Amino acid sequence: MKILTTVKRVTDPDAKIKIKPDQTGIVTDGVEYRMNSFDEYGVEAAIALKETHGGEVVVVSVGPSEATKEIRTALAMGADRGILVEDAGELDSDAVARVLAEVVRRENPDIIVIGKQAVDSDRNQTGQLLASYLDIPQATFAYSLEVADGWATVGREVDGGTSTKRVKLPAIVTADLRLNEPRYASLPGIMKAKRKPLETLSPADLGVDTASKVRVLKYEAPEERAAGEIVDSVDVLIDRLRNKSKVI
Amino acid sequence: MANVLVVAEHLDGKLRKVTLPTITFAQQAAALTGGQIYVLVLGSNVDAVAEEASRYGVAKVLYANSPVFENYLAETYAPAIVKAAKEVGATIVCSPASTTGKDVLPRVAAKLDAGMVSDAISVSNDGGLRYRRPLWAGNVLTTVEVTTPVHAITVRTSDFDLPEETAAAPVESFDAGVGADDSVQFVSFDQVKSERPELTDANVVVAGGRGLKSGDNFKMIMDLADTLNGAVGATRAAVDSGYAPNDWQIGQTGKVVAPSLYFAVAISGAIQHLAGMKGSKTIVAINTNPEAPIFQVADYGLVGDAFQLVPELTEKLKQIV
Ligand SMILES: Cc1cc2nc3c(=O)[nH]c(=O)nc-3n(C[C@H](O)[C@H](O)[C@H](O)COP(=O)(O)OP(=O)(O)OC[C@H]3O[C@@H](n4cnc5c(N)ncnc54)[C@H](O)[C@@H]3O)c2cc1C
Ligand SMILES: Nc1ncnc2c1ncn2[C@@H]1O[C@H](COP(=O)(O)O)[C@@H](O)[C@H]1O
Repeated sequence: MKILTTVKRVTDPDAKIKIKPDQTGIVTDGVEYRMNSFDEYGVEAAIALKETHGGEVVVVSVGPSEATKEIRTALAMGADRGILVEDAGELDSDAVARVLAEVVRRENPDIIVIGKQAVDSDRNQTGQLLASYLDIPQATFAYSLEVADGWATVGREVDGGTSTKRVKLPAIVTADLRLNEPRYASLPGIMKAKRKPLETLSPADLGVDTASKVRVLKYEAPEERAAGEIVDSVDVLIDRLRNKSKVI
Repeated sequence: MANVLVVAEHLDGKLRKVTLPTITFAQQAAALTGGQIYVLVLGSNVDAVAEEASRYGVAKVLYANSPVFENYLAETYAPAIVKAAKEVGATIVCSPASTTGKDVLPRVAAKLDAGMVSDAISVSNDGGLRYRRPLWAGNVLTTVEVTTPVHAITVRTSDFDLPEETAAAPVESFDAGVGADDSVQFVSFDQVKSERPELTDANVVVAGGRGLKSGDNFKMIMDLADTLNGAVGATRAAVDSGYAPNDWQIGQTGKVVAPSLYFAVAISGAIQHLAGMKGSKTIVAINTNPEAPIFQVADYGLVGDAFQLVPELTEKLKQIV
């Protein structure tokens, strides 16, 4: 089975994000980057599928040349081959999905397992857009995944509870955080990853124009909440809620 | 025609409340485009839902009853939404930023060649429509512009009020022209049944974290919530530990809530959690650790043991509410 997965290079989720004074972006000096958290779950799921069914895991990133680091991390976890589609622009999910669609058309994977959301841009669109461009079924927000007889059975986290759906392969599955426990790259894994193939393409090689359909005009910091009061008893708390905030 | 199409959601034969603030968003957008609002209801027996949706200041409600739509599937709902959007001349197609909206709307957007904005918190006009949306777990707000003729928008419902009730608009049956898709099968929806208000529209939310140490201990969270007719929430760590169902998760990857009163009990206050509750009007934090980051966003903080303070609070509130 051929499995395709993706990794996005994102700012460290625990980093304090600052906005540039001219509001054109975030301050990137001194900011650490790493693989998008959700993609760790996507990569883990892809490798686990290979371990069960055999085959190959191809990992794709769309981003600057530095994103080879995130691809190597996935290779060190156990993916077999990497593809970087190099583009240093601020792409919307639609442009990424159109690039990925062309990679998928070249690679013809049996299943595509990716993260549900990038923790920087928080859009939660790419997998669904990709499924739509490829006209294949999708199973988003997966907390469980089983593949048998050309179908994937996926448990999904949805409002109001959980839901189970079966999709015929090829299909797209997007990973939620309870899908698995991503493995760490082992030292031998890291050594091996250095020798695994990593191809670099440009969007133009794939015939894709990465012009975004959504343009960001301004970045701002949200209003901070004012510091509150430490109360020293339940009675004082109730008094404040009743008489000051008037919420009970 | 610069009309707005709202994709309605329903559960157990009733309009889901998240649809209503989405209609408010649509009203604000339509006021800027000069267009009219259409609501689309898909299901197998949705006449009553369509009727309900018609009473909130919209131009028309379209509904389609079909066995194909009995259970929600992105693969069958998306083409129906695409068809409706074209027929009503929608330049904005919107849905709540619920799990269904997030699942289906990108699929629609690709087919309509529409730029898509997730989690819009406002719409305005400044030489063209502008949307604002939070990202980076709520630590950044951006103002964006969509460059395609059609815009696909999921609406962060906690940022919009409920629309006013009006006289009923016309309700019309819609031929979606969608057949079954044999590449996908719905298996089940396992609903977390509850008598409590929904998290996303409760006035009071009581949320518990990993510090509660067990699912059984969530009972005190539920007791406090029930005393105030509130909903119950949880952190990712509490859900991961099996103390609470996933449907209760609040945060960057869970639900976003903005009640009048939010209790964070035994919750440290990670940014991913704050992303889902920072918009609450009044925040109360109860935590043994005075250094917990949750106190930096709390209006009132109680430093101490939840196992002692929460039951005491519940008992004392019972005397007065
Ligand atoms: C990509 C990603 C997405 C995420 N999305 C979310 C999300 O949507 N929602 C979310 O919540 N988290 C999310 N997280 C996880 C988040 O980073 C934190 O790990 C999580 O919120 C911590 O949960 P907690 O506060 O319950 O647990 P902890 O951080 O372990 O805090 C427990 C707290 O309980 C206190 N405590 C212990 N005993 C008591 C007692 N007896 N009485 C009172 N207080 C006590 C402790 O002092 C501590 O502050 C995400 C993480 C990642 C990487
Ligand atoms: N630039 C990118 N390169 C590779 N994968 C991406 C990129 N952007 C998004 N993705 C994938 O799509 C998922 C959802 O991203 P998004 O829709 O942008 O929130 C992520 O978890 C990634 O797996």
